[in-house]
Amino acid sequence: MDNHQGKCGAEPSVDLEAVRERLRTKKGPEFWRSLDELAAAPGFQEMLHREFPRHASEWTDGVSRRGFLQLASASLALAGLTACTRQPTEVIVPYVKQPEQLVPGRPLFFATALTVSGLGLGVLAESHQGRPTKIEGNPDHPASLGATDVFAQAAVLTLYDPERSQTVLQSGRPATWGGFVSEANGALRALQALGGDGLRLLTGTVTSPTLAAQIQGLLQKYPKARWHRWEPAAGNAHAAAVRAFGRPLAARYDFTRAKVVVTLGSDMLAEGPGAVRYARDFTDGRRVRRDHAEMNRLYAVESFPTPTGSIADHRLQLSPPQLEAFALALAQAVGAAGGTGATLADPKAEKWLQAVATDLKANPGASLVVADEYGSPAVQVLVHAINQALGNAGRTVVYTEPVAVDPVDPVQSLAELVNDMNAGRVDVLLMLDGVNPVYSAPADLPFAAGLKKVRVAIHHGLFEDETSGYCRWHLNAAHELESWGDARAFDGTVSILQPLIEPLYGGRTAIEVLAALSDQPDATSYDLVRGYWSTRLNAGGNLDKTTDPGGVTTALGFGTLPGTMTQPVAATATGAGTAAFEAAFRRVLHTGLVPNTQAPPVSAVIQGAAVQQAAGEIAAAAPGVTLLFRPDPTIYDGRFASNAWLQELPKPISKLTWDNALMLSPKTAQRLKLEMEEMAEVNASGRKIRAAVWIQPGLADDTALLHLGYGRQNAGKATGAGFNAYPLRTSQTQWSIPGVELRSLGGRYPLASTQNHHLLEPGWDEMKLASEEAERREVIRHGTLDQFRKNPNFIQEAREKPAADETLYPKYPYPGHAWGMSIDLGVCTGCSSCVVACQAENNVPVVGKEQVLKHRAMHWLRIDRYFSGDIDEPTIHHQPVPCMHCENAPCEIVCPVAATVHSDEGLNDMVYNRCVGTRYCSNNCPYKVRRFNFLRYSDRTTPVLALLENPDVTVRMRGVMEKCTYCVQRIEEAKIESKVEGRPIPANWLKTACQQACPTQAIVFGDVNDPAWEVTKLKAEPLNYGLLEELNTRPRTTYLAKLRNPNPALAGLEQGAEHGHA
Amino acid sequence: MATLEDERAKPYRPPIVAPGYTTATVTDKISEVVLQRTPRWWYLGFGISFLIMMMFLTAVTWLFAKGVGIWGVNQPVGWGFAIVNFVWWIGIGHAGTLISAILLLLRQEWRTSINRFAEAMTLFAVACAGMFPVLHLGRPWLAYWLFPYPNTMGLWPQFRSPLIWDVFAVSTYATVSALFWYVGLIPDLATLRDRSKKRIAQIIYGFGAMGWRGSAAHWHNYETAYLLLAGLATPLVVSVHTVVSFDFAIGIVPGWHATIFPPYFVAGAIYAGFAMVLTLTIPLRAAFGLQDFITLRHLQNMGKVMLATGLIVVYGYAMEFFFAWYSGHHVEQFTFWNRVTGPYKYYWFSLLLCNLLAPQALWLRKVRTSPARLFIVAMFVNAGMWIERFVIVVTSLHRDFLPSSWGMYRGTMWDWMTFIGTLGLFLSLLFLFIRFLPMISIFEMRTIVPGTRGGEYTEVPR
Repeated sequence: MDNHQGKCGAEPSVDLEAVRERLRTKKGPEFWRSLDELAAAPGFQEMLHREFPRHASEWTDGVSRRGFLQLASASLALAGLTACTRQPTEVIVPYVKQPEQLVPGRPLFFATALTVSGLGLGVLAESHQGRPTKIEGNPDHPASLGATDVFAQAAVLTLYDPERSQTVLQSGRPATWGGFVSEANGALRALQALGGDGLRLLTGTVTSPTLAAQIQGLLQKYPKARWHRWEPAAGNAHAAAVRAFGRPLAARYDFTRAKVVVTLGSDMLAEGPGAVRYARDFTDGRRVRRDHAEMNRLYAVESFPTPTGSIADHRLQLSPPQLEAFALALAQAVGAAGGTGATLADPKAEKWLQAVATDLKANPGASLVVADEYGSPAVQVLVHAINQALGNAGRTVVYTEPVAVDPVDPVQSLAELVNDMNAGRVDVLLMLDGVNPVYSAPADLPFAAGLKKVRVAIHHGLFEDETSGYCRWHLNAAHELESWGDARAFDGTVSILQPLIEPLYGGRTAIEVLAALSDQPDATSYDLVRGYWSTRLNAGGNLDKTTDPGGVTTALGFGTLPGTMTQPVAATATGAGTAAFEAAFRRVLHTGLVPNTQAPPVSAVIQGAAVQQAAGEIAAAAPGVTLLFRPDPTIYDGRFASNAWLQELPKPISKLTWDNALMLSPKTAQRLKLEMEEMAEVNASGRKIRAAVWIQPGLADDTALLHLGYGRQNAGKATGAGFNAYPLRTSQTQWSIPGVELRSLGGRYPLASTQNHHLLEPGWDEMKLASEEAERREVIRHGTLDQFRKNPNFIQEAREKPAADETLYPKYPYPGHAWGMSIDLGVCTGCSSCVVACQAENNVPVVGKEQVLKHRAMHWLRIDRYFSGDIDEPTIHHQPVPCMHCENAPCEIVCPVAATVHSDEGLNDMVYNRCVGTRYCSNNCPYKVRRFNFLRYSDRTTPVLALLENPDVTVRMRGVMEKCTYCVQRIEEAKIESKVEGRPIPANWLKTACQQACPTQAIVFGDVNDPAWEVTKLKAEPLNYGLLEELNTRPRTTYLAKLRNPNPALAGLEQGAEHGHA
Repeated sequence: MATLEDERAKPYRPPIVAPGYTTATVTDKISEVVLQRTPRWWYLGFGISFLIMMMFLTAVTWLFAKGVGIWGVNQPVGWGFAIVNFVWWIGIGHAGTLISAILLLLRQEWRTSINRFAEAMTLFAVACAGMFPVLHLGRPWLAYWLFPYPNTMGLWPQFRSPLIWDVFAVSTYATVSALFWYVGLIPDLATLRDRSKKRIAQIIYGFGAMGWRGSAAHWHNYETAYLLLAGLATPLVVSVHTVVSFDFAIGIVPGWHATIFPPYFVAGAIYAGFAMVLTLTIPLRAAFGLQDFITLRHLQNMGKVMLATGLIVVYGYAMEFFFAWYSGHHVEQFTFWNRVTGPYKYYWFSLLLCNLLAPQALWLRKVRTSPARLFIVAMFVNAGMWIERFVIVVTSLHRDFLPSSWGMYRGTMWDWMTFIGTLGLFLSLLFLFIRFLPMISIFEMRTIVPGTRGGEYTEVPR
C-alpha cells in the first residue's frame, strides 16, 4: 500500500522513465490501474496473482478488504497520473475514403501460418476490424487442407493473454528496447575481436528460411559463436534416422496409398506437425458408404491409449519393453531383420504378430508401419527397415532432407551449452522464441546454475517464465499473429507469416532481435522477410530456379531444401521493389504458401549394420513399472500452459482438465495399492517427484504415463497446476524410465475430469459402469465391415425407431432450409480441435478447475469417450455431442418463458435475453448439451480480452442457459450474402466452426432439404442413426455408426469388442 | 346419558374439549394467550427464530450478488435443494386447507381446535415455498416474466410449461388460503377488539374485525362466505400438489416421467402436512396449557390420517418400481436400480426408514395417544418427506440417458443456510402469530363446548 498519495512522480519506487517507455510501447485499448502495475513492480504482480485463471474470473473468490483497498488506492494513483500525462496531440479523423475491402461488420481472412516447435501449419486468420478472432485451416496448405489442430485454434487466446510479457525487462525492471540494443551490441563488439568466442545462441527447432539466413550470417560474422538447440518434445526421430541412414532424413507418410497400417505406439493421427494432414489422408481410406464398402486397416500396438489407437481396427496393449520385443519380432517376421530370436511372452501378442505380418506381407508397397518417434531409436531403426523390406519406401513413406535447419540432437546440443556455461565459457547467451530450459532442461543438466554464470543472458519470449527470471534481459516477443516471418510445414512447404494486428505490447520477433544484433537495429521483420524472398520469388510467385537451383548444401548444414539460400543473391530483375516481385509476393501471401517448396523425396538406403545393432539392443523385458513421458495433448511441453482454452480442453482419452496425472492401468494400480486421485511418489533412481494417480483403462500393465508441461513455477494462471515431470527426465531417459518405484504418500489431490468422475467418492467404478451402460443403451453403434457387406442396413435394423407420425401434433413442414448435421463416428479420433474451434467461435467462457470439478464446464460441443469390451483392454470410442436440434425438442416445451424456441429452419434457438434461468430445459434435455452460467463466467473486466470475442456472437451473462447454435451467426451470414447476391446458398458452402476445424471431416453440416448438400447424402446412408432416437426427439444431428475392419485371422481374440449388432 | 356399559362397548373416543368448560371460559382461556403480558420464553423463541431468519437473508443476499453457482447445482443436476425445499414446504402447506376446508365440508367437528393453527401454518409454509422458485432462478430479478402481463415485448409466458401452471397453482392457493384464514379470523378479531384493554390494540384489532358486531345478518353472511371459500379451497388441496408433481411428470427424465405422480404427491403432501401440524401442536399445547382444547383425540385423529396417507405414499413407491420394471425401458429400470444401489443409496434407505417403517408405529394406540411418541414419528415423517423429494429430484437427474453426462450433486453451505433459514422464517412468523392472534378459533370452540349445539352433536354416537 505505497501508492495512495495520488501524486504522480512522488513515488520513489516507480521508475517513471520505465513507465513512459511502457506507455509508448503499448498499443490498443489497454488500461492500467496504477503506476506500480505499469512498472510491473513485484508487489503489484503479487496482488494480481490469482488462484484461478483470469479468463475464468473465478467469481466466488470475492474481493478481500485488502484487495479492495489496493484497487481503490490504485484508482487514486491513476487519477493522479492522468493529470500529468500529456494527451496525444495528433489529430484523429474517421475514414474519409473507405479502405478497400474493409466493410464494417464483415470479417477478412488472411493466410498465414502458426508454428509449434518451429513447424508451420497453414491457416486463415479471421480478422474483425483489425483484430484476429478465429483461426481456420488453409485449404491450400498441405499440412492443413482446411483443418487445424487444437494449438492453432487456441492461438488467438495466447495473443490476447493478459499475462503476456508486455515490456523489455532489464534484471527484472522495465527497460527499453534501445537500452537493450546498445548494451547487447556493446557486448558483441567486445566479442568481435575474439571471433565471437563466448557468444551462444539457443533456439528451438528452426525452419524459417529468413531466420536461418540471419543465424548463418551471425555465425559467419562471429565464427567462434555456437548455435544450440533445445526442444523438450523433439523425440528420437533424428537420432534414429542418423543411425538408420547415416544422415538425418525425415520420413513423410502417404496414408492414401496404405491399405494396411501398423502403428507401434505412434499417435500419428493426433500428434505432431503432420497430424492434421495424416488424419485426413488416413480416414479418407475408411469412409464406408452404401456404394463404397472398402476400408483400410489399422493395427495399433501401444502402451497407452491414444486417439490413433481409438480408431484402430485392432488394438494391442503392450508395456514398452514388450512393445520393443514386438517390433523386433515383426521385423524378423517380415524379413527386415535377421534371425527369429525374438520371443513374445504373451500368446495373444504372438498370434497378433502372425496376423499382422501376414497382412503386411500381403500388401507390399501398400502397407505402412509407423514407429513412435518418442520410442527408442532402435525400434525406429527397425521400423525403417520393415518399411524398406515391405517395399513401402518411396510409396507409403518417402524420405526427404530434414525440414528443420541444421538438425541436431537437442539433448546433446543443450548438454554442450550447459557444460560450457558452467565452465564459464559463455559470455553472451541469446535465447529466442520462448525457449525455457530452466523449466524443461534434462534434470542432470544444471542449466539454471550455468545461466547464473553467463554475463549477458538474453531471453526472448511471449511470457516471463522460469528462464527469464535468471536473465539480465527479457525481450517481450511478438506473437505469430503480430509478426512477419516464414516457416516450413512438416513436408517442407514454406508459408510466409503475416501479422493480423500490430504488436499489442510492442513485442519484437526473433528476426528483429537478430537483426538488431547484426547492425540493423531498426530493420522490421517485414523488410527482412520481404528482403529475403525478394531474391527468391519469380514473377509467378514460384521459386526462382535461376537463383535457387533447388538448394545448396553448405558446410554448416544450412538449407538443402528448395527456398533456402545460403547467400543472399544480389537484387535481380525479380528483386524487391519491382512490380513483378510485388505481384509474386502478394500472391504468396494470398495463398499462404510458396509453391513448389515441398521437400523432394530422396533415396534412402538403410544400413544393414544399423539394423543388426538395433535388433541387438532390444533386450528382454525388465521387471517393474516403466514410466513414459509424452508431450501433453493440450499444453504440449508446457509452452501452452497459460492458455486457458487448452488447459480446460479435456484431454482426448482421460478427459482431464487443468492437470496432468500419473496414469496407471486398473490392474497395476490395484497391484500397487494406489487409488484414483491418491498422491504417489515416483522414484526413478533417486530422482523423485510427487504426482496424483489417475487410473486409465487402456494403459498397458506395468506402465506409468506422465505428460510433460505441468508443474510450472512461473506461468501465470497455470502456475502450480499439475505435476512437473521434468525433474525425472535426464538426458539419458528423455522418454521412458524402466523400473521406477511408485509408492503411496496418502492424501488426495482432486483431478477435474469432465466425464464420469465421482465427486464424492474417488474411484473409477463410475467410469466402468458408465461405459457398460453406454454399450447397453447403444449410445455408440458400431459394427464391422463384414457385417456391413452382408447387410448394409444392420445398424438401423438392430434397433426400433419410432415412426415419424408418432405424435399428437401435426407434422411441421420445413419448406425453406432445414439445417442438420452428420457426425461420422468411424473417423472421429477424438483430437478435440472442434471443441476449441467452437469455444473460439462462440465466445464460450472458461470456468476454471474448481468449476469443472463441480460439473460446470461450458463447452458447447463435448466429445464423449466410452470404453467397450473388457475394461482392462478396452476398445475406445469418441462421440462428439453438440446440440441435437431435435425437431421434437424436450427442452422447448418446459421453458416457462419461451426462451428456447424452434426456428422455421429447424434450429433450436436459445434466446439469452429472455432466459430467466430455471434450468428446466437442461434437466429435460436427454443429451445434456445445455450449459448454464451458474456464475459470471465471461470475463468482462479485462480490457484486452474484449478484443478476443467474436462480435457476431453474444457474450452471455450469468444466470442464462446457452448451448450449441449450429453456428447460427454463420448461417445468417450465408443467408444474407446469398440474398444480396440473389442466389440460393450453394451446396456445402456453409460450415460450422467444428466442421471446419475437423481434420478428418467427421462433422458435416448443411441443409438437409437440399439433396445437393453432402449432409443430405450422409443422412441417407445406411449407417445413419440418431442418438436416443427411441425417445422420438427426432434429432437433426445424427451419427454414422462406427465400422471396424478386423482381420478375420484375429477373430475371437478380442472378446467383447463386437457384440450386439450381429 | 348412556350407561357405563354402553360407554365401554364403544371404542374409546376422547371428547373434543375436556369437560368443565363454558363458552365464557373458552373465550377467556384462548384470548388470554394473546392479551396477557408477553412471556419470557416467547422472546427467547422468537429471538432464535429471528436469528435463523437473518441467516436466510444473508444467504439470499450472497445468492443475489453471486448467482446460483454458490449452490451445488450443476450439469446434469440442474435442480437441487431449492426445488426439494419448494416441494417440501408446499406439501407441508397442505394440511391447513385440508383441515379447514375438506374436514369442514365433511363435518368433522374435531377440526375446530386445530384449524386456525393449521391454516396459519399453511400460509407460512406457502410463503417459504413460494420464495424458492424465485431464488433458484439464474436471473431472479426477471421472475415476473413468468406472469402473463401485458408488456412492450408482446410476449406471453409459455403455457405448455408446467412451471407456468405452478405459478398459477401456487399463487391461487396462497390467495385462497390467506382469504380463508382471514375470513375465519374476523369474529375472533372482534372478540379481541372487545376484550383488549390497550387503545392501540383495540384500534388494530378493530380494523381487522371490519366492523363485526355479531348481528344475525353478519353471521349469515359470514357462514355463507366461509362455506363458499371452503368449497373453493377444496379442489385446491388436490390441484396444487398435482400441478407441482407435473413439474416432474411432464419431464422425460427417467424417475420423473410417471403417471402415478399426481395422487402420490397429493397423498405425500397431506402426510407431510399433518406431520408438521403435529410437530408444532404438541409443544404448543404443552406450552400454553391447551391440552383441554387440543386433546388426545385430536392427536389420535391426525396420527390416523398420517398413517393412511403414509401408506398411500408407500404404495406410490412400490408402483414407481413396478412400472419401471413393467415399462421394459432399460434407462427407466436403471434409474430405479441406481436409486437403491447407486451412490445415493443411503438416501433411499433413510427414506424407507422414515416413510415406510416409522409410521407403522401409528398402528399402535400406545403411540397415537402419547404426544411424545407421536412427536418422534412426526419428526421422522418431516425428514422422510424432505428426503423423498431429494431422492426424486437428484437421483433421477444425476444419472439419466447419456452415461457421459452423469454427475453428482451435493448441497453447499449456502444451500443449507437457505434451507435452514426458511425454517427460521417459518418459526418467526409462527411466533408472531401465536403472540398476536388467537391460535384456536374462539367462536368455533364456543360451539362445541358441552351444552352447545356442536357440543351435543359430538356426543351422538356414530
